[in-house]
Amino acid sequence: MADKEMVRFAIDGQEVEAEKGTMLLPVALEYGFEIPHLCYHEAVSPYGACRLCLVEVTKRGRTRLTTSCNYPVDEGIDVTTDSEDIQRARRMILELLLARAPHSERIKKLAYEAGIKETRFSLMDVGDCILCGLCERVCREVVGADAISFISRGDKRDVGPPFADPIACIACGACVYICPTDCIKMEERGDERTIVKWNRTLKMQECKSCGKPFAPLFQLNWIIDKVNLPKDFYDLCPVCRAGR
Amino acid sequence: MGDDGKGDGMKVRGLEDLKKLREEGLTRIYPDQVKITVGMATCGISAGANRVYEAIREGIEKEKLSIILAKSGCLGFCQREPLVDVWRPGFPRIIYEEMTPEKGVELLGEIFNGGLKKEWALCRMEEEVLFFEDEPLRYKIESGLEDRDAIPLYQDVGFYRKQLKIALRNCGYIDPESIEDYIARGGYFTLYKVLNEMKPEEIIEEAKRSGLRGRGGAGFPTGRKWESCRRAEGDKRYVVCNADEGDPGAYMDRSVLEGDPHSVLEGMLIGAYAIGAHEGYIYVRNEYPLAVKNMGTAIKKAEEMGLLGEDILGSGFDFTIKINRGGGAFVAGESTALMASIEGYVAEPRAKHIHTVESGLWDRPTNLNNVETWANVPVIVEKGADWYNKIGTEGSKGTKIFSLVGKINNTGLIEVPMGMTLREVIYDIGEGIPEGKQFKAVQTGGPSGGCIPDKLLDLPVDFDELTKVGSMMGSGGMIVMDESTCMVDVAKYFTDFLKDESCGKCTSCRDGTLRMYEILDNITKGKGKEGDIELLEELAWVTAEASLCALGQTAPNPVLSTIRYFRDEYEAHIRDKKCPAKVCNELLTFTIDPEACIACLKCKKLCPVEAITGEKKVPHEIDQSICIKCGTCREVCPVDAVRVE
Repeated sequence: MADKEMVRFAIDGQEVEAEKGTMLLPVALEYGFEIPHLCYHEAVSPYGACRLCLVEVTKRGRTRLTTSCNYPVDEGIDVTTDSEDIQRARRMILELLLARAPHSERIKKLAYEAGIKETRFSLMDVGDCILCGLCERVCREVVGADAISFISRGDKRDVGPPFADPIACIACGACVYICPTDCIKMEERGDERTIVKWNRTLKMQECKSCGKPFAPLFQLNWIIDKVNLPKDFYDLCPVCRAGR
Repeated sequence: MGDDGKGDGMKVRGLEDLKKLREEGLTRIYPDQVKITVGMATCGISAGANRVYEAIREGIEKEKLSIILAKSGCLGFCQREPLVDVWRPGFPRIIYEEMTPEKGVELLGEIFNGGLKKEWALCRMEEEVLFFEDEPLRYKIESGLEDRDAIPLYQDVGFYRKQLKIALRNCGYIDPESIEDYIARGGYFTLYKVLNEMKPEEIIEEAKRSGLRGRGGAGFPTGRKWESCRRAEGDKRYVVCNADEGDPGAYMDRSVLEGDPHSVLEGMLIGAYAIGAHEGYIYVRNEYPLAVKNMGTAIKKAEEMGLLGEDILGSGFDFTIKINRGGGAFVAGESTALMASIEGYVAEPRAKHIHTVESGLWDRPTNLNNVETWANVPVIVEKGADWYNKIGTEGSKGTKIFSLVGKINNTGLIEVPMGMTLREVIYDIGEGIPEGKQFKAVQTGGPSGGCIPDKLLDLPVDFDELTKVGSMMGSGGMIVMDESTCMVDVAKYFTDFLKDESCGKCTSCRDGTLRMYEILDNITKGKGKEGDIELLEELAWVTAEASLCALGQTAPNPVLSTIRYFRDEYEAHIRDKKCPAKVCNELLTFTIDPEACIACLKCKKLCPVEAITGEKKVPHEIDQSICIKCGTCREVCPVDAVRVE
């Protein structure tokens, strides 16, 4: 392995060290600094959509507000995580997000912590989606199914399967797990699993031993094809497989 | 594919070949016989130039006249289109304005009889400025044409007098489909000089010293950008031409691409050689079909002649250019979004903590400049940095193209030295406001520019001065507004555009512009409330400070500048529920002046809610309890009898 180039810099006056080019947010979180964030997750690449993780970075004498999730750290930068401007920006962003996702517990909590009890904007009927893009990234980068994407732009921006046809969705639930506002729901009824937001319902495989449906057949075949597993690899549910 | 045969198979290998082509071009541009040229850029065509061209063509054919008929790009004076330019040996060149097919045919007879048809003429030209010659090219004019003095000289026409055309130097003078025409006016000679006599570092030095700043909007120093790209590490470098011009009412780049595509190619070739790039892209919006076509033709011709491709002009330098057509998103004009689009992804900006000169297209060093920037390059290199940096102001060198539109007498495309005042642009070149109305504001810089009021009319136009007053240079839109424009309505219009055209990624831009729009919409509908102006300012601050790209960062300009200079209008809407400019229908009361009404029944018939009473010969009246304030009656009244308060 090549030598890692380490850089030293300051966060709120405290000297820290990290590998050059690492993104600032994870470094700051590691050192125990609290920076609110919604569209960042360590499992996927940073995107910088929610704008909540704003910090002030001073580099070569110039200070500016920037998102920390996609800011690569560099020697000698000076980071402030809680200035008046940062708080002012965060408050407005949370107020805007609260109008999009008024039912989200996480947003309500973040807003409350920032001193916002209610939003001045009319509530939007978008099912609590804040367009953070975590579902799209986890589906593409981690699962590899690439079943959903952003659609349209501006205030009409949305996320979903292309042409509203969830043909590539394997109903694995990664998007359900990662969604920060819990706006993607998964339901299982009998031998069917539904990802409600994408309107995807798949039949589940029944375990050849205990008879319980345990995962969508389409998903299992997709994995078998993708990683070249034996055809009977998923005949048993995880419980029965473990007990064998 | 067919070819016109000219230059077929001929490769330009050196100076002698270029000179030969130049001779060929000169006889094409200034033939020993009559030549009629119709301005066939998009502005001309939309005014009916196609029909004028066809009528003249038929007329020539029918009478078997020995007249050459040609097409050219835009001469800038779009309001007077279709423009027809007549070249006759021994005569001044005469530009005729507002031509029709009938006038075209009549003109043929006039030419046959040796007449001038003075009354249709916009101006006459007796010489041309060529940047590649020390002396202007003076036409040989026979004696005995004294009555030509009734036609003003080109340089005496108000619209043209104060202009200095560098980027637009060939537009309207050459056939954009002819490479010989371009070469005749000095084209590709600079490239020859660059490839044979100059080191890349010298060109970069020249570009830096010239003071040229990017014409796409941000105004970054071009030479410094080239230098960073040349120094960046990478196995391959790219140059890109940004022709994704999407501002409503602005068409600077379109005119250059349509009227003089080779100037952009030559600029890119010089830049690529300086940077060390061998591949280039032109990203042009697909809504510009003529620009795409003319640029495609130009690339093909340049390839055939060995001015693009391998071993250009025998120098060993290789460079190819591909056209990439954009799908219509305004944000695709943002450099990183544009690169994403070329790579096949959705046009969405990315963080620029690592600059595109280091990691751009396919993560390789990439230098992107706008159409107008590229078109300036050959002249700067030919005439030298010291010539160029004497034009303009301390911080903004050279000229800038503006599309001067809106409530102004002369609309069109203009190119002026940086530092000219807004007053000169609007009152000298634009010749003021129509119908004797009062000037109110000028919006510069495209949809996210700011509105500048009359008290700032003496502001010199350059990058820094415009930014200081809360607007920006942008790509060069200039929209003039008069007293009948409501500034809240204007802010709403541009914010509406921006909320639609934001890519939607950043919360601050997507929801910030949306919420500003909602508040503005409410204010114009009489639903404004105390605190709205402050909330707008709060939203504007976050949209500008927290958003990733220049679209979000500048999106609040229309709102902030109108609050800054026209706060009283906002307050009148919010507090008094009045629209001082009488534009916002919901805030107006419509009545019919019985003295003025001619009882024609027009408004009565068209009122959607039947709020108007009256018969023939009985003046009409509006029932205020029914009226929905749609404004139809005011629009249709033939005698302006509908009053608004």
